[in-house]
Amino acid sequence: MANNLEIKDLEKIARKVRYNIVKMVGLAKSGHPGGSLSATDIIVALYFKLMNYDPKNPYKKDRDRFVLSKGHAAPALYAVLAELGLIEEEELWKLRRLEGKLQGHPSMDTPGVEICTGSLGQGFSASVGMALGCRLDKLNNYVYVLLGDGECQEGIVWEAAMAAAHYKLDNLIAFIDRNKLQIDGCTEDVMSLGDLKAKFEAFGWDVFEIDGHNFEEIINTVEKAKSLKNGKPKMIIAHTIKGKGVSFMENNVSFHGKAPNEEQLKQALEELKYE
Amino acid sequence: MVKLTGIYKGMRKGYGETLVELGKKYDNVVVLDADLSGSTQTAMFAKEFPDRFFNAGVAEQNMIGMAAGLATTGKIVFASSFAMFASGRAWEIIRNLVAYPKLNVKIVATHAGITVGEDGASHQTCEDIAIMRAIPNMVVIAPTDYYHTKNVIRAVSEYKGPVYVRMPRRDTEIIYESEEEASFEIGKGKVLVDGDDLTIIATGEEVPEALKAGEILKENGISAEIVEMATIKPIDEDIIKKSKDFVVTVEDHNIIGGLGGAVAEVIASNGLNKKLLRIGINDVFGRSGKADELLKHYGLDGESIAKRIMEEMKK
Repeated sequence: MANNLEIKDLEKIARKVRYNIVKMVGLAKSGHPGGSLSATDIIVALYFKLMNYDPKNPYKKDRDRFVLSKGHAAPALYAVLAELGLIEEEELWKLRRLEGKLQGHPSMDTPGVEICTGSLGQGFSASVGMALGCRLDKLNNYVYVLLGDGECQEGIVWEAAMAAAHYKLDNLIAFIDRNKLQIDGCTEDVMSLGDLKAKFEAFGWDVFEIDGHNFEEIINTVEKAKSLKNGKPKMIIAHTIKGKGVSFMENNVSFHGKAPNEEQLKQALEELKYE
Repeated sequence: MVKLTGIYKGMRKGYGETLVELGKKYDNVVVLDADLSGSTQTAMFAKEFPDRFFNAGVAEQNMIGMAAGLATTGKIVFASSFAMFASGRAWEIIRNLVAYPKLNVKIVATHAGITVGEDGASHQTCEDIAIMRAIPNMVVIAPTDYYHTKNVIRAVSEYKGPVYVRMPRRDTEIIYESEEEASFEIGKGKVLVDGDDLTIIATGEEVPEALKAGEILKENGISAEIVEMATIKPIDEDIIKKSKDFVVTVEDHNIIGGLGGAVAEVIASNGLNKKLLRIGINDVFGRSGKADELLKHYGLDGESIAKRIMEEMKK
């Protein structure tokens, strides 16, 4: 959207988004902070720099679309949508509560959410359909989708990967938030993902590997992916740190699906303080 | 007026032909299949509108996922496969990606029920009505014959939201004289034959069998009212309330959770003083055989239905 933003501005937004993620999960006493924090920079770069998206007109037909296939990272998406003015900030503090509107995983009732996700692999599959639909309508836009690495253990991910290549969807740009951890432990201990790059290449995708916390790399890689109009869908494997930004959450698997306690919340918010 | 015409024609054919008609009428109709387009007859649409047809390959889960994505871009989406895979394999994707967000996806499943025949139990879906009916926002329909199917498909294309339509593999007997006669409205049952002694409520391919049973009963001095219940969800409660005191449901589906289950719920929830006999598959897996042999084996042909009713009435 606001394409004149500089990297330091994006970093500032990401810091606030992280602060709000931790605060909303802490207040909810429930949720998934680890994977929300690892995905933050990618989602911020997309909405604030890369996507053709007008928050004042969020259902414009030719908008770029973002699908959070790893739906448990909903707090990151909600914090970004709040920053864009699509969700009232007050709602963030009622996350996962009966009196609030924001569901534990994204639902289409929330403004700005393109499809409900949370059951892993399904958002990726839907994004293939979205890209097909946009192409049918001859829209000159992109569908972005973010998967978790553990999510790639779902069979539907590979069904969708096959279909995206078969239908030559170069208007589909996917990310894998490669933080190397899933609920039960390291991805390679739970169920080896092996060489994800080689796997997606073998499925007919152009694959890039980047540091998922480096805005310059995220932006340059997406621009490069967009310039390659070669009929191949694009996969960006983003190496990230689970729990990024909170010292005691970083690379700590126990914060996959657990909220910080009161003391931890205080410390985390202190670490993420922004002016 | 309905009657047993002795003419057999596939509901699948009616589906395929109507898809082509809808494709001509609406630019935003798209169709998906999972490598069974020849069998489901979506191939007719694929031939006519290749740019609006998407084969998902042998991947029913992704077919439904793609269907959901296409629906978010304003398409009227039809997705087809055999009932076993369209409903069973893809169930959770249907629940979470189609029904929960109430997307405009029509899942039209063919080869439902025991009459799939020779392929045997792995392909004989007798649970699809039950599992689809349990999903909020989902409409569940089983058309009656070739002509009726055409009107069902037209009606669901006008309805905004998720629908599950099931139909059999075999050619079934036509009971309507024309398309105009085969009227259909979502959520409305229809009295096909008036009668005094009992009400037979049938769905899908069992409607002609119910008519046959009605004729046999008549020869034995029993007057049966026969109701076509094409929409199993939302079910027509009024027509059940007005039924005779002895109600018989007939379906090519497990008696648990299907039409029989749905009618039982209405009778019990409204405290209706009616006796209910559920005729269907008695919570067992099927086996290989010819469709008409299997109907007889499982007691779902007109003759067996009539016999069972007469036995029950003697009790």
